[in-house]
Amino acid sequence: MRLPCPICGERDRREFYYKGAALERPAPDAGEAAWDDYVYLRENPAGDTRELWYHDGGCGAWLVVTRNTLTHAVIGAELASEAKA
Amino acid sequence: MRFSGFRVLKEGLTGNKGWTPHWRDPDPKPEYDVVIIGGGGHGLSTAYYLAKEHGLTNIAVLEKGYIGGGNVGRNTTIVRANYFLDGNSEFYSHSLKLWEGLEQDLNYNVMHSQRGLINLFHSDGQRDAFARRGNAMINQGDDAVLLDRAGVEKILPYLDFDNGRFPIYGGLYHPRGGTARHDAVAWGYARGADQRGVDLLQNCEVTGIDIEGGVVNGVQTTRGAIRARKVAMVVAGRSSQVAAMAGMRVPVESHVLQAFVTEGLKPVIDHVISFGMGHFYISQSDKGGLVFGGDIDMYASYAARGNLPIVEHVMEAGMTLMPMIGKAKVLRSWGGIMDMTPDGSPVIDKTHIDGLYLNCGWNYGGFKAVPASGNCFAHLIAQDRYHPEATGFQLDRFRTGYGVIDEEGTGAQHNLH
Repeated sequence: MRLPCPICGERDRREFYYKGAALERPAPDAGEAAWDDYVYLRENPAGDTRELWYHDGGCGAWLVVTRNTLTHAVIGAELASEAKA
Repeated sequence: MRFSGFRVLKEGLTGNKGWTPHWRDPDPKPEYDVVIIGGGGHGLSTAYYLAKEHGLTNIAVLEKGYIGGGNVGRNTTIVRANYFLDGNSEFYSHSLKLWEGLEQDLNYNVMHSQRGLINLFHSDGQRDAFARRGNAMINQGDDAVLLDRAGVEKILPYLDFDNGRFPIYGGLYHPRGGTARHDAVAWGYARGADQRGVDLLQNCEVTGIDIEGGVVNGVQTTRGAIRARKVAMVVAGRSSQVAAMAGMRVPVESHVLQAFVTEGLKPVIDHVISFGMGHFYISQSDKGGLVFGGDIDMYASYAARGNLPIVEHVMEAGMTLMPMIGKAKVLRSWGGIMDMTPDGSPVIDKTHIDGLYLNCGWNYGGFKAVPASGNCFAHLIAQDRYHPEATGFQLDRFRTGYGVIDEEGTGAQHNLH
């Protein structure tokens, strides 16, 4: 599996650290249910998913990668700093 | 049909014409007392213990594929009770005791082999950690022996003890650990449940869960609607999809775990061995194949196959530990879908919906739990009370932060277990 880093180009999966689903962070006072949802509960889709990967063996950027969990097809990646949740 | 030595002899002398199918292939009834979604090891054992210990026999197990076709037939077959934390410790101890009586109980040869399991350590710090773990196991009433290097050399002479980077200091020996024939576990429980009247409905995929006023009353399936007073979800890697049918989000991420088997070899590895400096564990099947595996690939996946970096890691770890296996040819590799939870421990609990129960989150360690998981889940479904050996696997422990069972001590967070 290779991930298309917007800065470095297509690179081997081993250069990246996997964080998990790319979710919108709730406001600090959003309440327990919202934070439980954000920290622990997951949609865990069988199909296309958006997730955070960190290019720690490369440029050090956080990416939002769109990937298919059934086929491992990588659909695209953008910088997390520029991605809309 | 009961199995016995006499029966085997008789059938052998009469052309083996008297054997009958292990279970029926019934049509779905319109209504059951309990519907179990998922005909894997855990679902089948749940049905078996509901029928055997709680007198409930109007039960259906709904399997979208075929019995034995999921993770219960895709694992590395290791059975052990070497957990450290309360919550896990008593549960896996309970499971190992059930394993030890399983073949007599089921009248079925699951080839449970208590060949002993050795977790190797490679530093003083690891020795201390394993000494603590061993003490916890002994306090639980199970068995553990801390072996020094000479002790390991005596039983595993073929390891690379003087490896430059990872010399072997010793191992924690768990004599009652071992393996079992995974398919036979599924078949044995399926047969036992069927004999007690449970309907095993294969090729029957659940497409919806019927809930009215906060109470479950049945399921929609590819073989028609089925009413039920109680519905139990036991679908491992597919927990998120099935729970979503009940409007629930669960604390599970599905990941891929790969396993490997070599060509058949003469007996060479008599135990289950795990490497302490890389993720690698190995045993030899009764057919002679070396069965081994490593860590999950570490990204969400339903593909049931993995990528090459983990293959490389596992092979490197194996070669580091026991260079002799470099001569063996890998015959097959495969992947299973693991239902990973934030703390690495499972869920056996009710849900907020009346009559709807959830059993999931077995991470990459569900096989050894098959007997106790079904036993304790059946108790919960039948009596609406936790089994005394499974009180800790509560669904809301992440929300409340109370009772998290983080065996690895890395924090209750997805992607760390």
